[in-house]
Amino acid sequence: MSGAQPAARLIGRLRRWYRRAGDLGASYYNAPYRAAIARARRDEEDLFMLMVFSETLGIPNPATWYTLELQPLLLDRFHDWHKRMGMPHSPLDHFRCC
Amino acid sequence: MSAILLLVLGLGGMAAGYFVYSRFIAEKIYKLDPDFRTPAHEFEDGVDFVPTNRFVLWGHHFTSVAGAAPIVGPAIAVIWGWLPAFLWVVLGTIFFAGVHDSGAIWASVRNRAKSVGSLTGEVVGGRARSVFMIVIFLVLLMVNAVFGVVIAKLLINNPGAVVPVWGAIAVALVIGQLIYRRKIGLGLVSVVGVVALYALIYIGPSVPVTLPESTAGLSPNAMWILILFGYAAIASLLPVWVLLQPRDYINGLQLFVGLILLYGAVIIASPTVVAPMINFGVPEGTPSMLPLLFVTIACGAISGFHGLVASGTTSKQLDKETDARFVGYFGAVGEGALALAAIIAATAGFASLADWQEIYYKFGEGSLTAFVDGGAFILAAGTGMEMTVAATLLTVMAALFAGTTMDTGLRLQRYIFQEWGEIYNIGWMRKALPATLLSVASCLILAFGAGGADGSGGLLIWPLFGTTNQLLAGLTLLVITVMLVRRGRPTFYTLGPLVFLLVMTLAALLMQLRDFFQKENWFLLGLDLVVLVAAVLVTLECVAALRRAKGAANDESVS
Repeated sequence: MSGAQPAARLIGRLRRWYRRAGDLGASYYNAPYRAAIARARRDEEDLFMLMVFSETLGIPNPATWYTLELQPLLLDRFHDWHKRMGMPHSPLDHFRCC
Repeated sequence: MSAILLLVLGLGGMAAGYFVYSRFIAEKIYKLDPDFRTPAHEFEDGVDFVPTNRFVLWGHHFTSVAGAAPIVGPAIAVIWGWLPAFLWVVLGTIFFAGVHDSGAIWASVRNRAKSVGSLTGEVVGGRARSVFMIVIFLVLLMVNAVFGVVIAKLLINNPGAVVPVWGAIAVALVIGQLIYRRKIGLGLVSVVGVVALYALIYIGPSVPVTLPESTAGLSPNAMWILILFGYAAIASLLPVWVLLQPRDYINGLQLFVGLILLYGAVIIASPTVVAPMINFGVPEGTPSMLPLLFVTIACGAISGFHGLVASGTTSKQLDKETDARFVGYFGAVGEGALALAAIIAATAGFASLADWQEIYYKFGEGSLTAFVDGGAFILAAGTGMEMTVAATLLTVMAALFAGTTMDTGLRLQRYIFQEWGEIYNIGWMRKALPATLLSVASCLILAFGAGGADGSGGLLIWPLFGTTNQLLAGLTLLVITVMLVRRGRPTFYTLGPLVFLLVMTLAALLMQLRDFFQKENWFLLGLDLVVLVAAVLVTLECVAALRRAKGAANDESVS
């Protein structure tokens, strides 16, 4: 029994080391590209928002039937989106976020 | 002489530089302050500004700055003998590169992590910023053209490396997907990736690939250059996580593995340096060592490109200001160590002086081929690896470094074209694809224009690339020096390297101008003139900015 404890401690320590090395490795892998990936993700998001809100902006879109129920869920992100798109205030009458 | 002595003296010198000189620079000149709130904390946003562990940041900084350039330069420059290249790399790293790199981080951190480009505009002036943009564009243009030529040459010299070099791209694509889409842990993916890569290297020599003598009237060399640029254009348009990010990661691992293997093999095999200490019998047509040595070896001794990395991503992630010493200066030491390995491979990796002279029969020859051949000789002797496998390993390493630089370089060139499209209101130029095609076309004109239809003369541009890179370093040193003048601190330690660089750069440009004129190479003559005009502008900016800064400092002390 006394021999097992130091072994368990050792394994625990090794596991912590492995996790720490993994974290450092992940930040080494991601650090240089965080900005580029965030930008790419935002572009995707912008396209998605356009898909969801295009009908309300006057652009006919067959997908609206499916995306309509997403609108309330995206209310929080709507404000950021219209600001990014160069509109200081909400372009929609029934969507008054600011 | 044993190569171990070179290794010990070189690494020892650079280590002393880090422990003694960099401490002096950090404490007395830049006065790095552990309590200063760095931009990483002040503007922390989880994307650009993130305080990062200094070892991770060093790893990222080092692998971003070290590539094929610190191998190519020294491997060409040993044509003048090993001593000049050795001294310039070691002393350059200690007194030039380390001071420049850590200084660039410091300057950026003290100015809300702005890049050297915008710092030049703010600290020096608007005109200097325009010159800066032109110099950066020239650096990218030349590095892309030269690396296209260099990789083509490597693939022709070592047909066994074709499968692993292109296979490595497939490995990177798979790694990218596994990490990004499947969220598989980095450790497992790294092990699998590295094993796959080395398996490819091992089987590469048994499936050699050579292009036919003539494809649509093009020589194999020209064909490879076109294929490489086609690849780089596509790669530069892909989202970064698909290829660039995993490939950068593999390159980082390769860099450490390669360095450890090479240094280990040198210690075990203890090869003898066969190249002369100073080569008095250089082949005909070799330019004078002074000043050409100082532009042939740019990366590895001092390189302006480092300033872009230091002030671009590194400064935004610096946890404490005092880390600038470790990240910047020790990053430069890492690159110096790579350049030193290249020198040892290209001078001690041959059985006899006659073998060495056979490779170095003309200026510009040697380069990566000498590094691969010489390095493989040492690796085979030190590790018992088969010679062909060792050569393939080093070819893959060098080609991957150069390839990543190419697609990053093309991406940056595209941004510059897009920015010009923005500034001058040219609609089509703002789009990614036309801007990429413009970048590729400009590089191809250079690669083929410099050395004829088969693109074999592209390495002639190498010293011009070095010159432009040094101009960039000069501009960064100028920014640092002006900041020091304004703070009333000693300027000798940055002004000295700045003056030295400008003198050597101008002298090299004038000498090459005469050389191109005599050889009636009007294309390169024109290019040389463009760089010369940029160099004169940089020099004038330096004089004007320093006089202004000194004048302002004097006024303050009088009042």
